[in-house]
Amino acid sequence: MYSFDPTEEQQMLMDAVKKYAENDLRPAAHEAEETSELPKKLVNKGWELGLLQASIPESYGGFGERSAVTGALAIEEMAFGDLAGTLAVMTPSLFATPILLAGSEEQKKEYLPKIVAGEWSPFTAALIEYTFDFDPNELRTTATLQGDHYILNGEKAFVPFARGAESILVYANLDGQSQAFIVGKETEGLSIGEEREKLMSLNALQMYRVKLENVKVSVANRLGGASGCDFDMLLASMRIANAATAVGVANAAFEYSMNYAKEREAFGVKIAQKQAIAFMLAEMRTEIEAMRLLTWSAAWKLDQGREDAANEAYLASTGAADMAMMVTDRAVQILGGHGYIRDHPVEMWMRNGRGFAMFTGLAII
Amino acid sequence: MPIEFEAPKPITNAQFVLKTVAEEMMRPKSRYFDEHEHEIPWDYIEFMHNAMKAMGGSSLAPKENGNGNDTEKEKRPPIGYQLIAAQLEALSWGDVGMYHCLPGGGLGAAAVHSAGTAEQRAKFLSRFSGDKPTFAAMCITEAGAGSDNSAIRTRAVLDEKTNEWVINGEKIFVTGGDKSFTEYEKLGRGFIVVWASIDPSAGRAGMRAFVVEGGTPGVRVVKLEHKMGIRVSDTAAISLVDARVPFENIMGSPTVEKNMSGFKKAMATFDATRPLVAATGVGVARAALEFLKEKLAESGVQIRYGLPRQKLTSIERDVIDMEIQLRSAWLMVIKATWMADNKKPNALEASMSKVKSGDVTTRITQKVVEILGPLGYSREFLAEKWFRDAKITDIYEGTGQINRLVVARQILGYSGAELR
Ligand SMILES: Cc1cc2nc3c(=O)[nH]c(=O)nc-3n(C[C@H](O)[C@H](O)[C@H](O)COP(=O)(O)OP(=O)(O)OC[C@H]3O[C@@H](n4cnc5c(N)ncnc54)[C@H](O)[C@@H]3O)c2cc1C
Ligand SMILES: Cc1cc2nc3c(=O)[nH]c(=O)nc-3n(C[C@H](O)[C@H](O)[C@H](O)COP(=O)(O)OP(=O)(O)OC[C@H]3O[C@@H](n4cnc5c(N)ncnc54)[C@H](O)[C@@H]3O)c2cc1C
Repeated sequence: MYSFDPTEEQQMLMDAVKKYAENDLRPAAHEAEETSELPKKLVNKGWELGLLQASIPESYGGFGERSAVTGALAIEEMAFGDLAGTLAVMTPSLFATPILLAGSEEQKKEYLPKIVAGEWSPFTAALIEYTFDFDPNELRTTATLQGDHYILNGEKAFVPFARGAESILVYANLDGQSQAFIVGKETEGLSIGEEREKLMSLNALQMYRVKLENVKVSVANRLGGASGCDFDMLLASMRIANAATAVGVANAAFEYSMNYAKEREAFGVKIAQKQAIAFMLAEMRTEIEAMRLLTWSAAWKLDQGREDAANEAYLASTGAADMAMMVTDRAVQILGGHGYIRDHPVEMWMRNGRGFAMFTGLAII
Repeated sequence: MPIEFEAPKPITNAQFVLKTVAEEMMRPKSRYFDEHEHEIPWDYIEFMHNAMKAMGGSSLAPKENGNGNDTEKEKRPPIGYQLIAAQLEALSWGDVGMYHCLPGGGLGAAAVHSAGTAEQRAKFLSRFSGDKPTFAAMCITEAGAGSDNSAIRTRAVLDEKTNEWVINGEKIFVTGGDKSFTEYEKLGRGFIVVWASIDPSAGRAGMRAFVVEGGTPGVRVVKLEHKMGIRVSDTAAISLVDARVPFENIMGSPTVEKNMSGFKKAMATFDATRPLVAATGVGVARAALEFLKEKLAESGVQIRYGLPRQKLTSIERDVIDMEIQLRSAWLMVIKATWMADNKKPNALEASMSKVKSGDVTTRITQKVVEILGPLGYSREFLAEKWFRDAKITDIYEGTGQINRLVVARQILGYSGAELR
């Protein structure tokens, strides 16, 4: 059957996340972006909503079951509040979710209970590299097997909360395949940039460059152990998260500019009464819906273990990135000169909007 | 039911069967009928009539529960409109012009289904499961009234002596108007649903739809249009001069109320039919995209999915973009019809699906012809035909602009007066 209704439980979760997004994340977003600081309390409050915890079974200290659909629904709502805040709240998932999905039994036992117990704690992952044509399937960071160890070499970019992270899940190229390796903070050869990354947006999210020079990782610390992990499936989960957050940000920009257009007067009418504005809004709404559905479909396929899930996740992520750029650009346009001024959030969303073409790896559901 | 994208069995079954129909009965004739405008595809019509009878279906209007003779129907939510959308998509993949030649009522029957009374439904819709293929059509548009259908000039006046409506006016662009009205040996008696005003001073509130039986005296098909595409589908101009119609053929109240409930009910037909028209566009676009991919594969061009944009060739980018758009347009059709099936108000989703399909089907077919170069432009292949066929998706059943207006009014909470 086709069906488009979230379950009651999903709806309750979405409502709770939406409340946090509107009452906490959104009001803090501007200052966070301007000062490059996210209040710890804010992040903790988001953490307490329990998105990650609810995706982990009781046997590992959580209280639920992982569902990509639920994850996509929730993270869209959160990104509607603020993207940087969302990525910060969800950073521990970058480490925990791959362990849950592809880790060995020992890895799950060792890390999951620790991460989900208590407060938000910095566990993270490093996927992105600093090249113009970055391709998660052709990583330049390498892993080579030497006896009972892997040796990692390379450099990673945009690693959230790398400074202070207990452990980092590092993605590297092992014989042409992308695989992941657990690297503890004290490991020799691991160095984390002193300075935070400076990007066009996401100022509030601490991100760092991470260098790996002959970093030794035991076979037991390869994600999934000696047999490794299904990277395609992990990448699909990241792409769905990317698509869902793109939809959330686009929806924020759409709603804000629509409300503005209903208030702003020019030439004796509300500008929303002009077709040039109304048609933009209609198209924004339509394209948001299109990419939301494609994201849901990819998530559903992933949950079902469908063969075409990875491809649909790629389509959703690519399409949602385009859509978010288009929608956020128009939102600024609808506010006219005021859209260009940082007092309104639309220009930040537009800066976010361009990022979804390369944000894959900053979130996972 | 949680969020789910599993196509129900009746839909996958229909898609399977109709793919064969499309391949065997439609595609081989596509070019012929494109080049022989106004010839009627009798073999196809008769085949489809018998096939539909065998399958227990007969018209665009969904069966009450949409599950046919399925004994498990009680347990399932209705899927009537979703099933029709899937059928139309599959047929339009074959040939969207020939889909319009599908006997069984089309938009005319859909109007009776959604705006008629139980007696009217019984009286007018039973004919489609008769021995002969039978058609019905919808006549709103006039030369001076297209998008703005409140400007129609066709009038209906009650003759109290005979208790008949007397209708005068000229309708244009009636899809299937000829097959629905003209009496052909091989066809059952059809009807046209004619929109007319019973009180010109009342504007929209005075507009009503009337069922006019095939062959009614005073009514004539005066012209068949020559078109850019969907040439096998007849597009008729119909004149009505003192055409007499029984009193009970009016849909909605015979008197004018202030609240326009009659008009609104009739317009609600569009909430059901817009996603279906959107589905036909998706079918054409899918045909074109699949053809492109076949031709590329034959030439050894592979599409490397999963790569970042920066590494893709221009063709790969285009193909991937087209897939994103096609897939999401289809999901919008499914959602809009799912809402209709579940009696959820879907005016917004219905119009959004039509906006999206109108955009996507025109863009994809245009891109496919471009990428295929001489092969795309040549009449040896069907790509150029699909390019011509696709364009109508963005014009009828509300142009792209009119559907944007509907979407905008819905999201802004504006009336027609606030945003026109
Ligand atoms: C960085 C910057 C520098 C500037 N420098 C100067 C300066 O030196 N001197 C100066 O005087 N001004 C300056 N401006 C102001 C600038 O010219 C205005 O912002 C611009 O004219 C738009 O007006 P607005 O911002 O009030 O938008 P609005 O007029 O409120 O427009 C909002 C939206 O509605 C649309 N819209 C408005 N009317 C219609 C209509 N009839 N039909 C369809 N759409 C419509 C607009 O296109 C826009 O998308 C500057 C602005 C900025 C951001
Ligand atoms: C092949 C074919 C089959 C058809 N089948 C049927 C049928 O079966 N029954 C039937 O009744 N009709 C049918 N039609 C008619 C069709 O619905 C109309 O052509 C359509 O509604 C547009 O009306 P129009 O052609 O008069 O264009 P117009 O209304 O004159 O529109 C011209 C342009 O102006 C734009 N426009 C109009 N109003 C606005 C506005 N308020 N804001 C912004 N832009 C606007 C339109 O979008 C369009 O781009 C058919 C048409 C064709 C071509």
